[in-house]
Amino acid sequence: MNDMVSVGAPSLPTAVDYKVYHDTQIFAAEQRSVFKGRTWCYLGLEAEVPNAGDFRATHVGETPVVLVRGQEGKIHAWVNRCAHKGATVCRSLRGNQADGAFVCVYHQWAYDSEGTLVGVPFRRGLKGVGGYDKDFDPANHSLEKLRVESYKGMVFGTFSAEIEPLEDFLGPVMRKYIDRVFHRPIRVLGYSRQYMAGNWKLYSENSRDSYHGALLHLFYPTFGIYRQSQDSAGELAEQGFHNVFTVSKPKGDIDYGSFGDEANREMQGAAKLQDGSLLQFRPEIEDDVGLHIQSLFPSVVLQQIQNTLATRQIVTHGVDKTELVWTYFGYADDDEETTRHRLRNLNLVGPSGLISMEDGEAVELCQQGTIGAEGKHSFIEMGGDDVRGYYAPMGMDENAVRGFWKGYLSLMGDALAVSAEASA
Amino acid sequence: MTVVDPLLQGLVDSLNAAYGLCLDDGRLEEWPEFFVDDCLYQVIARENVDNGLPAAVMYCDSKGMLVDRVVAMRRANVFPEHFSRHLISRAVLTGIDGDTVSAEASYALLQTRNDGETRIYNVGKYVDRLLIKDGAAKLVSRMCVYDTHRIATLLATPI
Repeated sequence: MNDMVSVGAPSLPTAVDYKVYHDTQIFAAEQRSVFKGRTWCYLGLEAEVPNAGDFRATHVGETPVVLVRGQEGKIHAWVNRCAHKGATVCRSLRGNQADGAFVCVYHQWAYDSEGTLVGVPFRRGLKGVGGYDKDFDPANHSLEKLRVESYKGMVFGTFSAEIEPLEDFLGPVMRKYIDRVFHRPIRVLGYSRQYMAGNWKLYSENSRDSYHGALLHLFYPTFGIYRQSQDSAGELAEQGFHNVFTVSKPKGDIDYGSFGDEANREMQGAAKLQDGSLLQFRPEIEDDVGLHIQSLFPSVVLQQIQNTLATRQIVTHGVDKTELVWTYFGYADDDEETTRHRLRNLNLVGPSGLISMEDGEAVELCQQGTIGAEGKHSFIEMGGDDVRGYYAPMGMDENAVRGFWKGYLSLMGDALAVSAEASA
Repeated sequence: MTVVDPLLQGLVDSLNAAYGLCLDDGRLEEWPEFFVDDCLYQVIARENVDNGLPAAVMYCDSKGMLVDRVVAMRRANVFPEHFSRHLISRAVLTGIDGDTVSAEASYALLQTRNDGETRIYNVGKYVDRLLIKDGAAKLVSRMCVYDTHRIATLLATPI
């Protein structure tokens, strides 16, 4: 079908014009229609701000946002931009503001944890001189506030007044899998930040692309660890743009620790892993799922790979600047040994992940390769040209990538066409 | 103020210099030999250390795991072709306990990819425990605490 897509043809879920990765007008339209549009964007975890006054700097798309736990325990989020001159109000990545007041250093405008302006120095001037007009109403000069909702400890915010509640936006299929990971209280283990010279959508496609797994990430086959006998499942939310992919170890079969030995006999010349504890998997939920990668449009991936648990937040700093903020966690009742086991497993994922580091390179290769390719299209027909709610086995299918584009194109709608005209 | 034993100082600095050059020369197979068998090697963001959070991007608690990293790099992992260049400060010895020395040193890791530009890729400090045996120092543990918490593309070559 792709050979029938002519140069300049509109993008389809199976064939996307490469300019979507490079066009600054499309990027600006995405900030409006996707990140500030009818979506709920991931802001962080409730566990990151456990106490009143705790805050964490975050983003919605490219917009700096602060997530704060208020004095009454409720979580708030506001744009980190003073209502006076637009200065950054909160200058730290995280911390605790015990009195719940956030003061801009420039002219000391003070806001409460909800983002409401509560103090303006010299509002009446000094000795009767200067000051604001008596009509000045602080209530009209608060920080830009987001609507905030949480699901199972994942906090989301939206700029949209019309959007459905978070639970409906996620839908029953996505919620079922979020429940799986957050089946008991969690504890944050730390962060890493990966900065890719590529467009955010290349990473969004990558996290939904189950086809590349065993082809780009060669760690498993190199050490003779075959996975073809495992069960897999892929499910999409109704809109198409959220998806989840899982791989389970075969029921009642060998454990992961012995995969290396088993497969080494079959694969001559394979390297032998010196320390298998890296790969050890201790099922914590009865379903034996060893890999759970869930992409929630537009800005987060929730994962369980072996015993690693993480969210990967996508921050869009520019058409070719994407930051991935990894927040690693375990369960609150983990003992020291379990934590050590998770830390060992973490070698598999993140910016240095033995089975994941290549994603950063793939994103940059696609960015570099599509320079000057406006009007030419990608080819996304592995496993068909439709978008299905369920797919499998082992994910030799780009169904979820097509689902991403289906949802994206529907949200962008006219915005893509308008930017096409503007750049024509 | 205690006077630092110049011999001990020399052993630690020599190890660091040889360690950096080993990685920069691409002699990765020799890298695990800077460690004792029962070692701990970590690369961890300073923002985690400062907040008491343990998650590291590399966490190898045996020499075997270091070897696995090297084999994976050689045969499995895909990353931008690059040169590494370590600049390592003189070590500060922070403690001596029998034949074990604690030390810290700052590092700057420069990286040059195929475009030819040299970039400051990662800076931070080594927090080490070293075993002094037979006139040489070996790493019992090395924690690379990095300030550069924005990792460019990915981190493949050890620090």
